[in-house]
Amino acid sequence: MGTRNYRRKTSHSEHGPGDGGRTGSWRVERPVLDQSLCIPCKRNKEACFICWLFCPEIVISRTIPPRVDLEYCKGCGICAEECPTRAITMVDEAKFSEEDKE
Amino acid sequence: MQVKTTILSLPTEEFVHPGTRACTGCGLAIAYRVGLKALGKDTMLVVPPSCLTVLQGLFPVASTALSGAAERGDNFIYFCYDNEGYMNTGAQRSGTTPIGAITANTPFKGKLQQKKDVPAIMAAHKLSYVAACSAAYPLDLFDKIKNCMHLPGTKYFHIHIPCPPGWGYDPRYGIKIGRLAVETGYYDLYEIVNGEFKLTAASEKLVEKRKLVPVQEYFRTQSRFRLLTDAQIADIQQKIDEKWAGYYNKDE
Repeated sequence: MGTRNYRRKTSHSEHGPGDGGRTGSWRVERPVLDQSLCIPCKRNKEACFICWLFCPEIVISRTIPPRVDLEYCKGCGICAEECPTRAITMVDEAKFSEEDKE
Repeated sequence: MQVKTTILSLPTEEFVHPGTRACTGCGLAIAYRVGLKALGKDTMLVVPPSCLTVLQGLFPVASTALSGAAERGDNFIYFCYDNEGYMNTGAQRSGTTPIGAITANTPFKGKLQQKKDVPAIMAAHKLSYVAACSAAYPLDLFDKIKNCMHLPGTKYFHIHIPCPPGWGYDPRYGIKIGRLAVETGYYDLYEIVNGEFKLTAASEKLVEKRKLVPVQEYFRTQSRFRLLTDAQIADIQQKIDEKWAGYYNKDE
């Protein structure tokens, strides 16, 4: 009995992204960043990062410029709403070509 | 006085992966993520599945279990997130649904009863720490968790979580609505450390400013409040003003 690998016989999962699938497919509007308005981009140093703080899906990176992981971004638009300089706008997904969506 | 955390000093390590099952724009995800940052790596988290059970577990059914644990002084932190309804099954009325809100089973008149003040019930257990937080103020939540970690016994957190499908608003306004709830004085951010009550963050600033946003502004943002009459709103406004008059008095 002791040598059996029970892990293979039972369902078990490893932690990782995408517990709810590729949630990016839920999105109807995509956040697009205008770097000329973004505060950390303009100052070229760590600042603001409000989009990173409030992103419920943790898809916005704390980098300069902030990047959005479109694989999982659900397109809620909180980043666009909270951005103090309105650097992020929500653009209809239909405006992007099929290849772009891949 | 401990230094307040800012966005830049908030730990960058993440304990939640992207691609969760939470609804688009769910406030819970923000509270969950920042809460885990504060608790750190050595955390054991027991989560009843999804947004249904938390509320069901606490408000009407099994509050005895939490009350019993609190009375015995078991050492754990209880996070109760308050989206003001049974949102996972389609937004039914719960003990913390506010008066006047339309839910799946109060569709014509809205809820007729008051919201249950759960943090006050927990505070009556004389816990070492009780806090009321909001997903719209994640840094306040972070600081409160840090504050309470060294305290003994049961610690209770009540977190106000805006719910786009249940409250009826566009997901992008979630944080604004959470903030409005605080700025109107409708929901207060506070902590009770060993029996000592103190308003925090934006609520503390409101006491200094002595000026609240009219509560109507908050109701206007959500479709669940569309049945509220002017008389009801005036009544709620009066109750808020009375509550805040008490805070102002304490401040003087």
